[in-house]
Amino acid sequence: MSTFAELDHDDVVIATEIVGKSPRELAWMRFRKDKVAMFAVAVIATYVVVALFAPVICALLGISPTRLDGAALNDYGLPNGPFGNISFEHLLGVEPGTGRDILARLLYGARVSLMVGFIATFLTTTIGVVLGVVAGYKRGRIDAVISRMTDLTLAFPSFLLIIALTRPFTQRLEAIGVPEGNPARLTYIVLVLSLFGWVYVARVVRGQTLSLREREFVEAARSCGASNSHIIFKELLPNLWAPVIVIVSLSLPGYVSTEATLSFLGLGMIAPAASWGVMLGDSVKYYRSDPTYLFIPGIALIVLVLAFNIVGDAVRDALDPKGDRQNLL
Amino acid sequence: MLLFIIRRLFFAIVLLIAVSVFTYFLFALLPTDPAALSCGIHCKPETIAANRIRLGYDKSIFEQYWLFLKGIFVGRDYGIGTAAFTCPAPSLGYSFNQHACVTSLIGETFPVTAYLSIGAFILWMMIGIGVGAIAALNKGKWQDRLATAFASVGVSLPTFYFGLLALFSIVIWFQILPFPSYESPLDNFPAFITAMILPWLVLAIISAASYTRLTRNGMLEAMNEDFVRLGVAKGLRLRVILRRYVMRQALIPIVTIAGLDFAGLLGGAIITESVFSLPGMGRMSIRAVVDSDLPVLVGTTMIAAVFIVLANVIVDIAYGFLDPRVRVS
Repeated sequence: MSTFAELDHDDVVIATEIVGKSPRELAWMRFRKDKVAMFAVAVIATYVVVALFAPVICALLGISPTRLDGAALNDYGLPNGPFGNISFEHLLGVEPGTGRDILARLLYGARVSLMVGFIATFLTTTIGVVLGVVAGYKRGRIDAVISRMTDLTLAFPSFLLIIALTRPFTQRLEAIGVPEGNPARLTYIVLVLSLFGWVYVARVVRGQTLSLREREFVEAARSCGASNSHIIFKELLPNLWAPVIVIVSLSLPGYVSTEATLSFLGLGMIAPAASWGVMLGDSVKYYRSDPTYLFIPGIALIVLVLAFNIVGDAVRDALDPKGDRQNLL
Repeated sequence: MLLFIIRRLFFAIVLLIAVSVFTYFLFALLPTDPAALSCGIHCKPETIAANRIRLGYDKSIFEQYWLFLKGIFVGRDYGIGTAAFTCPAPSLGYSFNQHACVTSLIGETFPVTAYLSIGAFILWMMIGIGVGAIAALNKGKWQDRLATAFASVGVSLPTFYFGLLALFSIVIWFQILPFPSYESPLDNFPAFITAMILPWLVLAIISAASYTRLTRNGMLEAMNEDFVRLGVAKGLRLRVILRRYVMRQALIPIVTIAGLDFAGLLGGAIITESVFSLPGMGRMSIRAVVDSDLPVLVGTTMIAAVFIVLANVIVDIAYGFLDPRVRVS
């Protein structure tokens, strides 16, 4: 970070001598100029902090995601006050039927969404990069096997399979010792998202590796007697990070969204665990009597996904600035 | 070129066989007993055993798979004596839940999915390319910002949530449209349009978002090409340059992706169909998941895979015509 600070945009303008910058520094400069993206980064950071400190925040506000508050409900099980009983006691109101605090459940729900998003992204990236580099670098038979695996994975209707395999595979996970209920369900979602997601990373990485391995600097390294691992880790990987970051930052919001969709359908997390999808699935029952409940988790979800998408776009623009050139028309 | 087409087709068939093996074995190895499911809770063991034989689940899994494959080409008989019945070719199995051949079930539900997909596809290409072109031609102005915002928000909206909000607001809160209840266009065309307009729009807006961005970036990139420069230098009219050079260049990758997306939808727009209660293949799949109706799941997965693989082959061949280099690799 300190090197970036030295290369502040203003300094560069003042300095008359030409300062050499690595592509990484150029990309970072372009990214920082994008105010919307910086705001989106701040939004994501807020979500992460709030999710990490959910128990602390709940304790400070005196709320709990599981405590039932019957006093906040009327005789019909609906929130007492207007707008889902939004009050000082319950800042975003309470759930109809149970009287659980919505803010507390949102905070804990953020943990689920972010955890699924980050872990699935980590797994898909790791698997995709490893298999993609191996396929592109080794070529031949290994490449053929990995490429056929990607073809096969892409031929399946992934969402249908994810839904269809939920119940049996969750049971199987429980049978091999994953704690029953939501931990098993969460594990399944992460695993199955990774199973279908690595392909996209691997394809991009393989294509890049195929062309990179023919370049002069790789040939130079090889002629100096560099080992395969040296070439892969020191020569190829540093040149692959840009496309990988682009594809990763654009797929992460998709994972968050899919988790919410599955939980909404009753196939992901289940109550009393807090997940935005679960809350949305529950809120549908009260769309007439308590519409506020329908909007709060939905807005939380859309804002997070939107922020990730904006950052993803900005990262891509920063790393591949073709659009920056002057246009003739 | 002919050799290239044959090779692609051959590869597609191999891929589909692989998909069928995986799908069949995956579902067959699930811990559900189709024979027990076929006659409810209060079922005598003898009936289960009889059903097992009647439906062919007494045979080894390899034999079952072989019968499944054979059924696709020559049809398949179930049961013996007076209880015997035949699913004519192409048979994808028999659903004990719905007491019908899977092929005829798909035949009933597929038109709904096709109407939904085609209508949404036309709308989304119009919206996506239209908005994207406006953005590209007004780069940096407010139209561009608005289009970019539309694209970011549209990509971030989870289909189920957007669909629900559209349904609640248009149908229930503001009562602009009646509750969508599907009618075949052949029976009652106005009712068909009334029922489909909302699902079409929801699917179209969500899908159009990413096409807006693709069109915008594709056009901006094309405007940088030398042949556009040449056109300007020659003094061609702006309209001619746009239509003949810019759009043509920008649309090729878009049409490719659109073809793949469309094929994906044909396998069942699961979420949209569920939200709007459209009796299509996607909703049938969801129901099959809930009922553990394995034959239907195998059938819909296979059909969806056929569409995906077919679309890929068509795209490959189209590229082969356009770009000779593709044929060699």
